Amino acid sequence: MKRLGKIYILIIMLFLYLPILTLMVLSFNEAKSMAVFTRFSLHWYAELFQSKLMLGAIVNTFSIAILAALIATIVGTMAVLGIDAMKPRTENVLLAANNIPMLNADIVTGIALMLFFLMIGVPRGYCTILFSHATFCIPYVILSVRPRLNKNTDKLYEAALDLGASEKYAFRKIVLPELWPGISSGFLLSFTMSVDDFIITYFTRGAGINTISTLIYSEVKIGIRPSLFALSTIIFVVALVTLIIVNYKQNKADKMAA
Amino acid sequence: MISRKRYATPFIVWIIAGTLIPLLSIAYYGFTARDGGFTFANITAMFQHDHMQALGLSLLLAFISTLVCLILAFPMAMILKDSKYGKQGFMIFVFILPMWMNFLLRTMAWQVLLERQGVINTLITMVGLPRQELMNTPGAIVLGMVYDFLPFMILPIYNTVSKIDNHLIEAAYDLGASRKKVYTSVILPLSVPGIVSGITMVFIPALTTFVISNMLGGGKINLIGNIIEQEFTVNSNWYLGSGLSLVMMLFIIVSMLFLRKFDKTGGESLI
Repeated sequence: MKRLGKIYILIIMLFLYLPILTLMVLSFNEAKSMAVFTRFSLHWYAELFQSKLMLGAIVNTFSIAILAALIATIVGTMAVLGIDAMKPRTENVLLAANNIPMLNADIVTGIALMLFFLMIGVPRGYCTILFSHATFCIPYVILSVRPRLNKNTDKLYEAALDLGASEKYAFRKIVLPELWPGISSGFLLSFTMSVDDFIITYFTRGAGINTISTLIYSEVKIGIRPSLFALSTIIFVVALVTLIIVNYKQNKADKMAA
Repeated sequence: MISRKRYATPFIVWIIAGTLIPLLSIAYYGFTARDGGFTFANITAMFQHDHMQALGLSLLLAFISTLVCLILAFPMAMILKDSKYGKQGFMIFVFILPMWMNFLLRTMAWQVLLERQGVINTLITMVGLPRQELMNTPGAIVLGMVYDFLPFMILPIYNTVSKIDNHLIEAAYDLGASRKKVYTSVILPLSVPGIVSGITMVFIPALTTFVISNMLGGGKINLIGNIIEQEFTVNSNWYLGSGLSLVMMLFIIVSMLFLRKFDKTGGESLI
């Protein structure tokens, strides 16, 4: 039984990783072939980094992700504090509305936003992508910050005020530390969702602007070039290193807590 | 009180401008004719042969890929539950990592493997077999969907399965239940919330995708997502595109309500 389980894990892992591994091997291939490896070469990496389009797309992707995550985190965290003060009925209505972008199919969200921009006559470009990304990130921030707010926070805050702290000071010293784990995970979640998004960006971008995802899509449509394999390799390695660092830090924190 | 109602104002404005008005504009365009009058034609257009065919194929392929994901994911989640704690962390890491890679690149990987001059065909011809047409088939699309969405099935199921108290399972065995009985009466009912959220996270993106079908179907196989996307980007017929989107949303809502009936916890384990 144990052996069977190990074999099963192996098969699933091969299924998940062999395609990625193939791209990584082919990215170092000198020939353009998608099957035969001729000689080791780095020239697809050179091509990737010489492409102005790609560099622009990388800058757009990350600047949009950081800004969208920042906006979503601020709006979302404020929303958690605001919603908490409302009547349960209003609270439920708002939380239900908050769920819509998460449950909706991406293509519907994308089309809806595109129609909205067309209707109000805003030309599509960097700002419309940013607005759309913040829209789908806010719900995730609210979901991760809300559980951190509890009765205790309120009491400590009041106590701080009674003891003469200013509102700002009490907020900084009591509320923010209490909410912080939720805020930071909401920010990170938003950031990764934004970097990863293709469908909503596709419908809300203008003609002249690309993120990494939309650029990949338009290039794949013309014909696959090995420079995209090089890109895959880089993204994979960056993801691997980031996840290892996050895991390592978490393990360390867990051990400290224990 | 730290909480002040007015803190929620930016959020409320954002929900109205970013979610509610955009959704209403789909409804508006969906019921509007090109000349501006009210019409049902954009909705009933779903009954046209091409559109029905695309919708039928989307439902079928989404159903098959969801089923395949479920069949692959459940044993995986059970194996993970039984493995040692330290190893569990590593295994979850293994399933999360591919999710961090852009899904267009992951789909492209299968294009490279399945292409006429691709890796699999090269291997096939090397052993002396004739080349196979693997690309541009419904099978290729299902493969792409399973590959892209499998982690989204494994993780929620694992999350619920790992919380099942092992004492319950042992108690069932002690009371003389067979292996099969333990699965059907104890483990399966307790893992329903995870299965339901896994199905939601696979079925809806699979039903509405246009990217996977475009990349692995070579533009020859149209799913409902492709039809809608083309109405917006190629034909610029937002009225028809909106009408068809409304019908598609109906299918999403119906399938969600259907799934919710099974999940009494109300989708808490969605994330």
